[in-house]
Amino acid sequence: MAAAGTDGLTGPAEPSFRPRPSVMARLVRNRSALIGGAIVLAFVLMALFAPLLPLADPLKSNFLAIRKPPSELYWFGTDELGRDQVSRLFYGARASLLAGIVSVLIALAIGVPFGLLAGWYGGWIDAVISRVTEAMLACPFLILAIAFAAVLGPSLTNAMIAIGLSAVPIFVRLVRAQVMSVKTEDFVEGARAVGARDLRIVLRHILPNIMSPIVVQSTLFMAQAIILEAALSFLGLGQQPPSPSWGQMLNVAKNFMDQAPWMSVAPGICIFLAVLGFNMLGDGLRDVLDPKEN
Amino acid sequence: MLALIGRRALIALPTLFLVSLFVFALQRALPGDPFLVIAGEERDPEVIARLREIYRMDDPVVVQFFAWLGQVVQGDFGRSLRTGEPVLALILQKLPVTLQLAIASIIVAIGIGIPAGIIAARRKDTVVDYSASALALSGLSIPNFWLGIMLILVVSVELKWLPASGYEPFFSNPKGAIERLIMPAFVLGSGLAAFLMRHTRSAMLEVLRSDYVRTARAKGLDEDAVVNRHALRNALVPIITLSTILFGELLGGAVLTEQVFTIPGFGKLIVDAVFNRDYGVVQGVVLCTAIGFILMNLLADVLYILVNPRLRAQ
Repeated sequence: MAAAGTDGLTGPAEPSFRPRPSVMARLVRNRSALIGGAIVLAFVLMALFAPLLPLADPLKSNFLAIRKPPSELYWFGTDELGRDQVSRLFYGARASLLAGIVSVLIALAIGVPFGLLAGWYGGWIDAVISRVTEAMLACPFLILAIAFAAVLGPSLTNAMIAIGLSAVPIFVRLVRAQVMSVKTEDFVEGARAVGARDLRIVLRHILPNIMSPIVVQSTLFMAQAIILEAALSFLGLGQQPPSPSWGQMLNVAKNFMDQAPWMSVAPGICIFLAVLGFNMLGDGLRDVLDPKEN
Repeated sequence: MLALIGRRALIALPTLFLVSLFVFALQRALPGDPFLVIAGEERDPEVIARLREIYRMDDPVVVQFFAWLGQVVQGDFGRSLRTGEPVLALILQKLPVTLQLAIASIIVAIGIGIPAGIIAARRKDTVVDYSASALALSGLSIPNFWLGIMLILVVSVELKWLPASGYEPFFSNPKGAIERLIMPAFVLGSGLAAFLMRHTRSAMLEVLRSDYVRTARAKGLDEDAVVNRHALRNALVPIITLSTILFGELLGGAVLTEQVFTIPGFGKLIVDAVFNRDYGVVQGVVLCTAIGFILMNLLADVLYILVNPRLRAQ
């Protein structure tokens, strides 16, 4: 009667085992992930639907509305060429999010295969990849990105490539460490025992098991990439005028701090909120997906 | 101990070699012919030919690389293509400016980050902890160049309390230097403070859960003594390993902060060099930064061994 109710009258007690909630259910219950996800979603919608919204042309100058302060007509004022700040913020979201996504994809496309190679094969392959990674990590991130941007020339595309290349060592290191811890697991031994080839083991058995930290790192890196794109554009090495990006808007705004202070406020708030959103989402994802936390 | 330091230094050598290879490759990958810049507007073919000879451009790439590496080892990091000044001299000239900013920022970061981390850990899961953590997350998410612009707008333009930009050496004009340092140091230091706060908090939480802290409490020591004498010392040890990350953040952040506050330092040197297509300077700055970074890593390793008796015993 071990399973009987405590009063002896009720039926068998509920088993203490409960199925683990799905990742999505745990994510929804995580406050950080929920708030971060909502902020990110808002910016994604802002970027996606910018062309469909009744916004002014973000590139068209209006010399009758130069540096107008915020008003009912221009919520966040206008810039030095009379362009509506709201419209430029919406279109700027496209540049920032695109920079985040593309640079993460570049970092993943190069970092993950090299990390898998180093972690799986070890030996001299690992030694060579690790030394190159260390050499790249020996340079501060922004200075490395500036050096790449100097080589490639100033443009949004090149800024994305520079940011992606600078982040490659982070992903190589992460994936290498994860592969090294997973490759000693029994299921990998099992796959080897049944004669699976290296490529199959790595792609079918190891990669799916190390996806969680990669997803978490990618989300957190999105935040960093948005700041970096803004920083490069602020320095004049990213998005080039007249196309808008939040960093480039700040680059222009800093020359009009006395005459048009509003030009500096909104782009910075957008960068801050987008970065905060990705950081919160990344922190939440880590809480939910990190096995130690579970 | 010395053998251990020597071993760590040896491990750093291949990294240094690869960094130099990377910087050399960067120079070769740069768009356009740098000699056209040096040769001036006349672009005299004779001058260009002479320059190619000086820089051994007609030698095989491997020979060029080792010739260049030989110069670097002797402290010759090349010359500015614009002014002809040695890059090392330019860097050494700008370094004190950035160093002054860096020291002030570290004071801000340690002064805010470590106490905030300790308080948050001691009051875990209270309003104080949540507020400190939220502030830290915000500190990590605010772009420091924007924070700089906002401070200039409020403190300099509106309130007229502090000068908006410029640089004064501390030893020649301490008052002017401090006035010009407060805002940039806060801008650069606040991000680092957020980073330090998060790490101090988690390190303290880990230490506060340990057996020896429980024993200290069981002996009847008051909480301040437990935290200051037993927990804090041990919690701060892992933070030493963060010093290299902080160094990188500091240099990267300095590039932007110097740009916002028009400080003529190391960061401004590289940005101006990129725009002037002065690749000699870009290359020299990247190499110097990387060497500094590797040396910081080495120093952090040695310090970590020095403060950790278990590692010393090994």
